[in-house]
Amino acid sequence: MKEGEPYNEVLPHLFRQEYAKMTAVLCRHFGLKHIEIAEDIASDTFLKASEHWAINGIPDDPTAWLYTVAKNKTKDYFKHISVFETKIENDLKSGIQNNEVDLEFGEQIISDSQLAMIFAVCNPANNRESQIALALQILCGFSVEEIANAFLTKTEIIKKRLQRARNNLRNNSFRIGTLTKTEIQSRLDTVIQTLYLLFNEGYFSKSNNQFIRKELCSEAIRLTLTLTENPLTNTSRTNALLALMCFQSSRIEARINEKSEAVLFDEQDKNRWDKSLIEKGNYYLVNATNGKEISKYHLEAGIAYWHTTDNENKWQNILQLYNQLILIEGSPITALNKIFAFSKVYGNKKAISEAEKLNITGNNQYHELLGYLYSQSNIRKAIEHYEQAIILTKSVTEKQTLKKEMERLKKSNYRVQRVMR
Amino acid sequence: MRMNFKTYQMKEFALIFRLKDIADFKPSPEQMQERMNWLASIAAQNKLVDKGNTLLPIRGSAKTVKPNNVVTDGPYTEIKEFISGYIVVKAEDIDEAVEIAKANPIFSQVGGNIEVREVLKRD
Repeated sequence: MKEGEPYNEVLPHLFRQEYAKMTAVLCRHFGLKHIEIAEDIASDTFLKASEHWAINGIPDDPTAWLYTVAKNKTKDYFKHISVFETKIENDLKSGIQNNEVDLEFGEQIISDSQLAMIFAVCNPANNRESQIALALQILCGFSVEEIANAFLTKTEIIKKRLQRARNNLRNNSFRIGTLTKTEIQSRLDTVIQTLYLLFNEGYFSKSNNQFIRKELCSEAIRLTLTLTENPLTNTSRTNALLALMCFQSSRIEARINEKSEAVLFDEQDKNRWDKSLIEKGNYYLVNATNGKEISKYHLEAGIAYWHTTDNENKWQNILQLYNQLILIEGSPITALNKIFAFSKVYGNKKAISEAEKLNITGNNQYHELLGYLYSQSNIRKAIEHYEQAIILTKSVTEKQTLKKEMERLKKSNYRVQRVMR
Repeated sequence: MRMNFKTYQMKEFALIFRLKDIADFKPSPEQMQERMNWLASIAAQNKLVDKGNTLLPIRGSAKTVKPNNVVTDGPYTEIKEFISGYIVVKAEDIDEAVEIAKANPIFSQVGGNIEVREVLKRD
């Protein structure tokens, strides 16, 4: 029994970490058609844990405990269903093959199952956005709100999208692990996009007032790494994505202080950047540039790479990469980051006129950027923009950071640095 | 919804670039960067419809076909200026499209001109 850790702190953490994995492994046995059964068993398992641990305390190996319970619940389910099948309806059998349950929850099986599941969920029976939304929900344990954040859209839209996608899957009785080479290759792009969003939600977290969710980042890296280990999925894009994740992760420890507040890019202690992750990033970036392809992952990895350097042409290079990125994928955040890089090369005055051309006044980051750009020349305007940003942002940590910057600005001409990478 | 309405009302304009001298065709890295900044700035405002293409004016890549099977090399034998490329932007009206064109760095870099033409779509 573990001391000093109340079960109600350990359990939510374990839930986030293990629920999706458990569902993925269970789904291997039930088939995607019966994804709800797998989800029910996983939920039941956690319910039982909350009841049992409240009374008996946390077991020595909580994860193993959870998997043992899940295994037993699955066995019970199959026993029940086999009685049901033989007596009532033989047809049901087709969906469920093994009566002898041999559930394994080893590291290897888990990552294989999760990836296999992601590929299975990324089925062209659904459109690309629904595929990604579903994969994020089932496999990465995302809430509807988190998915809405990732897609920059409303929760209602996502709810409907997920419901439709689940129905489509149910009507197609395909199973996991039966994909052909061609299917895997054609679905790879959607899978990569899913892992990209999973990583971003961890790195730029907007949920639960957390600034970074490391467990999502490491999960995304683990799954992407698995993709690079298979010749079929070890593509230039996969490597570029992994490089991007490594470069970004190298700054995770420096991006957050002991009070869980954001540390702005220019104020980060570079000694806290993880050199070994930067080296890994370099390694995968070199792998990614073997081909002729330049995807958004290549460009973003390039941008993240230049951030780790002290080269005098750093910002010019970052700006040019953003210029290319915005031609491929024009999002407001790319436009704003581009202007930030522009300001580093051409100065704040020119950057202000570039920024004001965007005129996206409902966007908190737009005001945040203008607040930063005005902070050297026009403090009154800078404060106005920061006030707007504070009103518009949903993130509590961001509100705090912005208020702090505003206070500092009011006191002096202190140079405010924007939250950046 | 209001955004969509606005987009709907937007017109499309082709900006056709002409250079004076074939020697200007290959820009320096700095000139290239400035041109990319300009292009990306249009994209950032969500006003770029088509990033267009470069039209090669060099020997072997440019011919002009004329009546009676007459084919000449390149466009540059008769007219001094030559078309070097195009992009398509969207704007409220031609004045806005002209403003976008005015900001193009080729005027300060090498000279030349930009023709702005509203696109009438063939349906």
